[in-house]
Amino acid sequence: MRIDQAALADLATGAAFLGSGGGGDPYYAQLLGEAELARRGSFEMVALDALADDALVVPCGWVGAPTVSVEKLPSGKEAVTGLRRLETILGRKIDAVMPIEIGGSNGLAPLVAAAELGVPVVDADGMGRAFPESQMAIFNIHGISACPSVVTAASGSLTVIETSDNHEHERLARALAMALGGIAHMVEYPLRGEQAKAHAIPGTISAAIALGAAIREARAAGEDPFEALFAALRATGLYPHAGTLFDGKITDLERETQGGFSVGRIVIEAFDGQSRVEVDFQNENLVARRDGTIIAFVPDILTVMDRETADSITTERLKYGQRVKLIGAAAPAVLRTGRALGFVGPRAFGYPDAYRPIEQLNGWGA
Amino acid sequence: MGVDVGGTNTDAVLMDGSTVLGWTKQPTTGDVSSGVAAAITAVLEQVGVAPGAIASVMIGTTHFANALVERRQLDQVGVLRLASPSGEALPPMTGWPADLTARIGEHVFLLPGGYEMDGREIAPLDEAKVRDAAAMLRARGVDTVAISSAFASINPAMEMRAAEIVRAAHPGAVVTVSNAIGRIGFIERENAAILNAALTSLAGRVISSFERALAMIGVSAPLYISQNDGTLISAAQAAAYPVLTIGSGPTNSMRGAAFLTGVSDAIVMDVGGTTTDVGVLTNGFPRESSIAVDIGGVRTNFRMPDILAIGLGGGTRVHLDTALYGAAALDEAAVRVGPDSVGFRIAEEAMLFGGDTLTTSDVAVATGRAAFGDPARLPVLSDAMLETVWRRIQTMLAESMDRMKTARGDVTILAVGGGNFLIPDTLKGAVKVVRPPHAAVANAVGAAIAQVGAQVEQLVRYDNVPRATAIAQLRDEARARVVAAGGDGDKVQIVDVEEMFLSYMPGRAAQLRVRAVSDLAGEGGNPGASRERLAAHAH
Repeated sequence: MRIDQAALADLATGAAFLGSGGGGDPYYAQLLGEAELARRGSFEMVALDALADDALVVPCGWVGAPTVSVEKLPSGKEAVTGLRRLETILGRKIDAVMPIEIGGSNGLAPLVAAAELGVPVVDADGMGRAFPESQMAIFNIHGISACPSVVTAASGSLTVIETSDNHEHERLARALAMALGGIAHMVEYPLRGEQAKAHAIPGTISAAIALGAAIREARAAGEDPFEALFAALRATGLYPHAGTLFDGKITDLERETQGGFSVGRIVIEAFDGQSRVEVDFQNENLVARRDGTIIAFVPDILTVMDRETADSITTERLKYGQRVKLIGAAAPAVLRTGRALGFVGPRAFGYPDAYRPIEQLNGWGA
Repeated sequence: MGVDVGGTNTDAVLMDGSTVLGWTKQPTTGDVSSGVAAAITAVLEQVGVAPGAIASVMIGTTHFANALVERRQLDQVGVLRLASPSGEALPPMTGWPADLTARIGEHVFLLPGGYEMDGREIAPLDEAKVRDAAAMLRARGVDTVAISSAFASINPAMEMRAAEIVRAAHPGAVVTVSNAIGRIGFIERENAAILNAALTSLAGRVISSFERALAMIGVSAPLYISQNDGTLISAAQAAAYPVLTIGSGPTNSMRGAAFLTGVSDAIVMDVGGTTTDVGVLTNGFPRESSIAVDIGGVRTNFRMPDILAIGLGGGTRVHLDTALYGAAALDEAAVRVGPDSVGFRIAEEAMLFGGDTLTTSDVAVATGRAAFGDPARLPVLSDAMLETVWRRIQTMLAESMDRMKTARGDVTILAVGGGNFLIPDTLKGAVKVVRPPHAAVANAVGAAIAQVGAQVEQLVRYDNVPRATAIAQLRDEARARVVAAGGDGDKVQIVDVEEMFLSYMPGRAAQLRVRAVSDLAGEGGNPGASRERLAAHAH
């Protein structure tokens, strides 16, 4: 499978949605990808099940606060430097690269890294969306070590993290990212092919491309891009329910870069002023309350979109006064198991509530 | 006096409060100023008012937007980016259309500098390198410079110091710093700074030609230029920051249409000579695009109306084999309308005026939907042919309306612009078509009824003042300032609340910025007062 410029644009649109507000606006990653395509023609992608059992597959992406990523741009050497160091540490060549998370710019960034390394990118990821913390990856949920892990920055600095505790790995990586200006590149969870095949979430890059294509085609045909997105989400098999949770205008936005994350809250008011929704975020949108009642919980996907164009608005691009729809989608089933919810459910983010599926909270498909 | 300087026509309208006293539409001239002078003079003569009685002149122009879209009259720009090694993967003008980059030139310097979000320097400013870059630009004859740096919207110091060094080393240079025209979002802010720099010479020429036009005809009233958001800036500010005015055309036509019709929710179709701009009015305000606005193919993060422009206007060419002009039956597929047009040459090239190009105007006049030019000069056009071309035009309009619709169901259409005769009284998908008096000059009316804006900003420590209280206070203050500047207290809208946490300050501190706008109050009030209000507003 090859990813050309048109597919890259669709991937950017789809990944922005799957980011659930996080992962960073894919626009800058798309620009980098286009520049790389101008040199190479297309990116090579392989299916997850095509990997050899003993292949070395390496997930990677950016760690830090998206609010910083729109000002502090990459030098371009971060990813390759980190991946090459991992090869040195492990004493072997990397066979394929994978996005640690499909959501946001991290769904695109590994394409350029893979191309520069001369290896394919795997059509899969470790989160099925985007999450703020490294240990929320499906690989940690299944007990795989994040290390050895390599953190690199625009300044050229490089740090290797070795620890057997994946929570500690996250804390170290976060502290490094903050020390490095708020954003850094991370290579983590080096996988054997059989581990990748057993645990990675398959087909998420092609799913994101399909979502982007659906929105683009609906716009061109003058059809409702939201309905097209919902149909495309269901068609992936990964995201079985989707719908509009709210429609209105952003009347308050509190967003702060804190502890290496972009954290805050938005208030969306209905146009008639009769109802409002509050969304909490930590890089990603986590929980939505309509007039005080919870209507969506992490790990289900919650994305703010322009109500006319269906452009996804990542948390760092939110602005007062934007007219938006809040769109929800069911997370992949592997993130909703009892075990997974311990790592990525509401309690993992400090909420007292137990997770309830978005389709139940909103009476979808009833 | 509201004036709209378009690519084809220069329109002027004289208003007293909310009353249109007189209006005119004159051809835009190559020197701009004589067209502006002619339009203002024509209105003054029509109404019988002396030039000295005008309280203020508001000009909206699409000149700068057109220059970017058409890639003409742009300056070569030297770009100094202070952020290296950060950002080297995405050098300035990445993703720009190649023809525009070629026009602006690739005089790019990636220099050490910029800030981290916590206020540290990514790298110290290397003054010698800035000086060398300026000297090199001077040697190349590049006299306009754009300077960008990481987190300049939080700390502009490095950009300002670099600008000083450039001005010292290259005294003839005109410098645009990114912090003056944009906020967070490095690439978009830098793009806007480069576009602004590219418009430097043109802006100087156009704004001074406006001033010359006023002097020529004895108008001493202050001159204001419409901004993207419908408020005004002084002529001097517009000359320095032309990029802030590039979206004023659609803003003015939409606000003018709302004002002339009293309708606040509708789709506005502004049919000009070469294009039709389709926009949406919601609660009397133009609908804005939420994320990025492309200007001439370049991404920026300006707030401006969400407009769909299609290549259909009064001067648009109708492509049809001349052998089919008299056809007894014609397939719609055989007809192509636009997107090219004769533009301002309509008075020579359209068949109505003795030319040999068939335009939409010729078809409108031949079918009795408009009356101008000399119908006797038209060739023989069969009813079937006219009907088919007309149907094609209607299909294009209906499609564009459909693309801008927010919900299913029919909408109200406001038909304005010099070519509004292309929109019939009934259009598929429209509840009704409203064609207000003075529809042809809605743009100029929009300029004349400019909005008043005010911005307040303050550093707030939330440890001392609760956030909600601080925001409420600033909103009240912005509101009060708009009213003090002459805004109507009942129509104040808070259009932006921006909060930037300053993580390098102890405790929780944020820079709060609130912007409010309103319509000018006191319709029919005395002109002297409104002049003072506007003058106060401009500062």
